[in-house]
Parts: sequence; structure tokens; C-alpha cells
Amino acid sequence: MSNNQPVYTDNDPQSELVTLNLGPTHPATHGVFQNVLQMDGERIVSGVSTIGYIHRAFEKIAEHRPFYQITPLTDRLNYCSSPINNMGWHMTVEKLLNIQIPKRVDYLRVIIMELSRIADHIICNTIIAQDTGATTTFLYLFQYREHIYEIFEEICGARLTTNIGRIGGLERDFNEVAFAKINKFLKEFPAALKEFESLLNRNRIFIDRTKGVAEVTADTALSYSWTGPLLRATGIDYDVRVSEPYSSYQDFDFEIPVGTSGDIFDRYLVRNEEMWQSVRIIEQAMEKLKSEPKGIFHADVPDFYLPGKEQVYNNMEALIYHFKIVMGEIDAPKAEVYHAVEGGNGELGFYLINDGGRSPYRLHFRRPSFINYQMYAKMSEGMLLSDAIINMSSMNIIAGELDA
Amino acid sequence: MAKATNTELIDLLGEKFGEQLFDVSEPYGLLTFSTTKDKVIDVLSFLKENGRINFNFLTDITAVHYPEKEQIAVVYHLHSMVSGIRVRLKVFLHENDPKIASATVLWNGANWMERETYDFFGVKFEGHPDLRRILNMDDLGVHPMLKQYPLEDPNRVDKKDEYFGR
Repeated sequence: MSNNQPVYTDNDPQSELVTLNLGPTHPATHGVFQNVLQMDGERIVSGVSTIGYIHRAFEKIAEHRPFYQITPLTDRLNYCSSPINNMGWHMTVEKLLNIQIPKRVDYLRVIIMELSRIADHIICNTIIAQDTGATTTFLYLFQYREHIYEIFEEICGARLTTNIGRIGGLERDFNEVAFAKINKFLKEFPAALKEFESLLNRNRIFIDRTKGVAEVTADTALSYSWTGPLLRATGIDYDVRVSEPYSSYQDFDFEIPVGTSGDIFDRYLVRNEEMWQSVRIIEQAMEKLKSEPKGIFHADVPDFYLPGKEQVYNNMEALIYHFKIVMGEIDAPKAEVYHAVEGGNGELGFYLINDGGRSPYRLHFRRPSFINYQMYAKMSEGMLLSDAIINMSSMNIIAGELDA
Repeated sequence: MAKATNTELIDLLGEKFGEQLFDVSEPYGLLTFSTTKDKVIDVLSFLKENGRINFNFLTDITAVHYPEKEQIAVVYHLHSMVSGIRVRLKVFLHENDPKIASATVLWNGANWMERETYDFFGVKFEGHPDLRRILNMDDLGVHPMLKQYPLEDPNRVDKKDEYFGR
């Protein structure tokens, strides 16, 4: 195949190979992306990935928007764990402005981020099972994603594209109902996760389908700049939460699960164990919150923290601040900053250059799905089509994050 | 092994490359420096292969357009997982002829990052195995992240910036 351009065998009557368009819309790809595959029977001979079907030019739009109007853009990157993206963006701006965040706010954020990590991993792992034919597990664990969304709804009013938080903290404190729902989740979820694991971990059919499939060595993974559960499944214990702790992750006691062979089964196990660790982190955070002063949910930064609506409607100063913040009138330092958070799929980085204008001079998202996915076509060579499908599910490629 | 620090890194790089590295700064603790486009692969491979500092992980490649300086900066973020530190390397190219050697010889992961940079900024990475557009359509004709291209149709009359104080 020359120059990686898709070859359509229809033009060549002598060819034994069949061209198969997997995507752009295919029920098994769980997103809008296309792979043009050359098939020899059930086996993939070569493939070319075509992406960009939902490219929305976020980086260009971000150059024309004040900071707060960029938060909704980040929602739509990895829309399965939007709160992590929102927090990552707010923390980038906080780093630019050198804002000190109170511990209680950090812990509240950790709770939200770990809940979204669980939601993200639930999607990925249940879908691996679904694609191997195990429908029960999908339906069974998926209701806990719904419970997580109910918690988000209680905290910020939205479910999927959350736009959660503010520069300097959160929009409002968690209410009693939110805490009750989190406690309920912590009580019920471990039992369900245990049951989920007992359905799959030692399931002969599941193991046969996933073990030894799409193995990746640590060297290859590093060379392809993989991060997140995919990299950890190959045996490298890189996690941004530990290597560069943000939002007080250093206060928590948790472990980084690693695999050995980087195959689909290891990725599944790593994600499962991360859910257990996330539960552990949330429990610790709930415990730590008890000793923190109540009612603090943002840092004292009136220049960047949007005042409450009550204040804006009744108080002249608050109205002025509100207007100035929304219009991007307040000066931020002229500087460049890179901040990374551990997203559901790996290192989610924000590279922000501020030149003192209303909006960033340049904002670049380091999107883990985009970088992880580039190896997919190469990995698929020589693989069975059915294995390539689970491989794609186990990479948890989210089209929003892929295309930005 | 003690972890490498930024100061140590500056000494090591200064010793090796001397005047070829310039504009050294540390915004928010992240060591940033520039080099020329002829030296970029030398610097990157030194950073990657030197056993003491070991920047074996390419985090990101992107570009920034500075129209008033008529320059495009290609920005590399590298990460040393051993030392837990990052560096940022910038190479300034002239906007009329942005050409630079491809980092795909060092990292496979550079492939799509460079394709994205080419797609949006028109930077030509020489030696890249497959330099095509990646997110935009093939016949777009422009590189849309360059600053001369406005976000919206400039002929629209209902969304003039002045009405919004912009």
C-alpha cells in the first residue's frame, strides 16, 4: 500500500482482498471515526484511520473567548468525564494566576473527579464486555453511572456536559442531598463492582477473547506517547496524580495498578482496580472533609471568581465584577503555562499562552484519545476483525476528545 | 539515583550545546528554551538518550503563530518519567517557509502530532512518513489556526465585535 492512502480493491478484479469501511458510523465503534480496512477473510491485512468527523475547532474558538466561556468547550472533549476536563481547565487558569485553593475545595474537587473517573471506566469496561457478547454486565453496572450523574446533577444542575466549578473553586457547596447520594453510592457501588468482577474476571469465554489479544510492550507504548490505563497496562506506573499531584492528591493514600502484557485483559483489570482505588480516595476525602471548616467552597479571588446571582442582582459592586469577569476585562499575567491532569484516558494537558488580552493567545489541548488512537490501525494488522473491535473498545476512544 | 533538577539540566545542556540554546526561562517551574531548526533533532535526541536526564517521553507537539514577528513557533513538550520533570523546547520558523525536521525518527507518537500541526499551521515536517491533513478536510486550502484567518465570516453584519465591546 502506497503512502497510506486507502486502497479500494474494487478497481482491481484480480485482488483477493476486500475493502471494508468500519465506520464512520458503526454500532461497534461507539463514536464517529472511520477505518478503511483491507480484509483477507476475517483477518485484517492493513488499515488506515480517518478521523476528524466531529472536529469543532475548539482551539480556534478558544482564542476568541474569555476564560469562563472556554469551560463549556472542555466539557465536550471527553464527554464521558467532563468534570475532570472542567477542573483541569480551571486549575490551569489558577496556576496561571497563582491562586491558592483551600483544602476543603481540593477535597470536594477530588470527590467529583474520582466519581467521573469511575463513570468513565464503567463505560469502557462494560462496553468491552458488551462487545465480547456479555450483555448482562453492561446493563448491570451501567445504572451506577446513572447514580453518578444524579450526584453531578445535585452539585451543578447538569448531567453530561457539566460545566462544573469556577476559577477558584466551585459554584456552590455540596448540599445535604449530594452528600447523602455520595454516601449511598459508596455503600452500594463496591458490591456491584465485586459482582461485575465475579462475572468476568474468571470467565473462560471473556478471558479467551481478551487475554493475549493486542499485546503492547512498554517500549512501544512509550514511543507512541500512550498515557493512562493503556500505558499502565503495559507495566509503567505513570499517573499524573502521583507524579505531579494537583488538587491535594498527595494527601491521599492510593495505589497505581499496573499490568504486565498490555493486552485487553490487562487494560480491563487496570481500569477495574482504578475504580476500587477511586472509591478508596472518595472515602478518604469524605473523612477529611469532616475536619475541614464547613461552608468553604471557593478561594477568595473576587477578580476571577464569579459572584453569586443573588449578589449580582442586588449589589452594584458584584454586578460590576460579574460584568468584568464575563467580558474578560480583568488582566491576567502574560505568561505561558502547561498543566496536566489524569483524565479517564490518560494525561489531559492544557497549554495556555496568555498575552494579557481578553482571551488566550493560544490554547492547546493535549488530548489522550487523539494520541493513543494513532497506533490503532497499525495494531490491527494481522488481527481478526472481532478482536480489532474489542481492541477499540478497550482503548476507550471518545470521539469528542479525538477530534476536539 | 538522585533526581535531576532544572539547574543541573541547564548546566548539562549549556555544556553540550552552548550558544545554540537560548531564551532560557522557567515559567511556573517548567524549563523552557529555544534552539534553531538545524539543531532541533540533535537537541531532542540528546534529551531523549542521555542516561542522566532521560526525557524519553514526548508529551506533545504543537505550534503558535506570531504574525507581528512573522514567525511560527513549534513547541515540544518532553517529560522525563524517571526524574518527574518536564521541559519545553521551542523552535521559531519564518512564517513564509515553515520547515523543520520531523521528530518521527525519535518517537512514533510524533506522527499524528506533527500531522495536526501541519494541518492547522502549515508547518512542513521534513522526513515525515505521511504528512497529510488529519482533522480538516483535504481540500480546505488554508491552515486555519494561523492568526490571519478570522473565527467567523468577516462579512457578517449582525455580530460585529464592537457591539460586544471586543
